[in-house]
Amino acid sequence: MNNIQYVAPQSIDEAVAAMAAANGTGRVLAGGTDLLIQMRAGVVSPGIIVDVKKIVEMTTIDETSGGYRIGAAVSGAVIGEHARLKKAWPGVVEAINLIGSKQIQGRASAGGNLCNASPAADSVPALVAAGAIVTVQGPKGRRDVPVEKIHAGPGRTTLQPGEIVVSFTLPARPAGSSDAYLRLIPRTEMDIAVVGCGVSLTIQNGTCTAARVGLGAVAPTVLLVEDAAKALAGSRLDDKALEAAAAACRAACKPINDKRGTIAYRTKIAGVLLKRAAGIAAERAGRK
Amino acid sequence: MAKLHISTTINGEPIEFLCDPPQTMLEVLRDQLGLTGSKEGCGSGDCGACSITVDGRLVCSCLMLAAEAEGHRLETIEGMARGDQLHPLQKKFVELAALQCGICTPGFLVASKALLDRNPNPTETEVRYWLAGNLCRCTGYDKIIRAVMEVAADMRETAR
Ligand SMILES: Cc1cc2nc3c(=O)[nH]c(=O)nc-3n(C[C@H](O)[C@H](O)[C@H](O)COP(=O)(O)OP(=O)(O)OC[C@H]3O[C@@H](n4cnc5c(N)ncnc54)[C@H](O)[C@@H]3O)c2cc1C
Ligand code: FES
Ligand code: FES
Repeated sequence: MNNIQYVAPQSIDEAVAAMAAANGTGRVLAGGTDLLIQMRAGVVSPGIIVDVKKIVEMTTIDETSGGYRIGAAVSGAVIGEHARLKKAWPGVVEAINLIGSKQIQGRASAGGNLCNASPAADSVPALVAAGAIVTVQGPKGRRDVPVEKIHAGPGRTTLQPGEIVVSFTLPARPAGSSDAYLRLIPRTEMDIAVVGCGVSLTIQNGTCTAARVGLGAVAPTVLLVEDAAKALAGSRLDDKALEAAAAACRAACKPINDKRGTIAYRTKIAGVLLKRAAGIAAERAGRK
Repeated sequence: MAKLHISTTINGEPIEFLCDPPQTMLEVLRDQLGLTGSKEGCGSGDCGACSITVDGRLVCSCLMLAAEAEGHRLETIEGMARGDQLHPLQKKFVELAALQCGICTPGFLVASKALLDRNPNPTETEVRYWLAGNLCRCTGYDKIIRAVMEVAADMRETAR
């Protein structure tokens, strides 16, 4: 921990420059709820800590022609208090708000949850289901990436050296759309997902016209399950369609055995959560 | 390591201190500023004994760098009583024996105050979820929950 530096730049350009100057030893600090624990454990020892919470674009939520842009460092607590965002994307907001306690919510961000790259990160399956686009800025400029392309494996991302996640963009979508996120944990609070499932869908005249499904904690990365989405889209979300989508989720699982759950249990639960999350999303979308 | 010079506000008072970049807010509060009310139970965000508010937002001071305090307003347990006048939550915790060893108590009080400042009429379920990030080894929680519920009711009564 010797010679660590701390900077809190006001702009993304300065933050990217600070990361570049650090030659791979720079670490972005958002809420610090992963980073400070890892520093304390000696797992990471940054040369320079780049606190991004003074950068307006990374700490604000904007409405963008029907969609939303959420700064990567906005805390869960602030996201949970944004009434319009919560109404438009209840699944994304509930997933972010499941992270930790109220104290953790005061700091934890969706950007940190994504970049920490835990396969069990709660916000990620919901953001994948939502079709969130991640804006990334680095030494070579800006690029937009679908959120499901960021995870590369446990603790690893596809971000290039020095790249910073700036924000998430949630697209505009038609009336009759909604989303939901469910996770299974052995307790009711403060635990890591055994399985997490996000579903986003659009329903018109009783038929599901579009769907996306994200699954967490069942593979080395959070998964976009396209086959499950295909099973839902075009159906009336009847039992047969839901079972086909659940089967697609089970087939997508490549889980591990650990103290939280066995391979068989995780696989089974993935299907169960898909059905329940799809049901909740459908209710929210206005299917009665 | 170059020290950082930080200007902040703690319990309403302007405070300046020097810190090393990796030092946590909890370390500086306790070891440098003599504000030892905030406790270190775990150092990993699990127990809530180090709870403080930053610009009114409840956080774990063990998971915040001291350098991040620059320009913000912090409240710690030391700012809760007005001189000798205990805050209603403090009084009720004593009255209902909502503490035993007391190490978790500053964190529970800071967290409970943050709840009541925001929601003067919480349900028991809301109180339990709000305080899920605070661990207590001794009381079994019920007395704490009851104290918070009673204070909320009392405060609504007085506000009427
Ligand atoms: C008690 C406790 C309970 C928790 N419970 C949960 C839970 O229920 N579910 C869950 O999913 N997680 C949980 N976590 C983990 C953690 O809180 C989340 O992953 C959180 O979202 C991390 O966000 P942060 O802003 O604190 O990230 P930080 O700690 O600031 O950063 C995490 C990592 O991402 C990098 N990073 C951060 N922001 C960016 C960016 N914009 N661009 C590039 N890199 C970046 C950092 O350098 C670091 O490596 C818990 C943690 C604690 C301590
Ligand atoms: S010491 Fe900070 S949460 Fe336990
Ligand atoms: S009173 Fe001892 S830990 Fe709570």
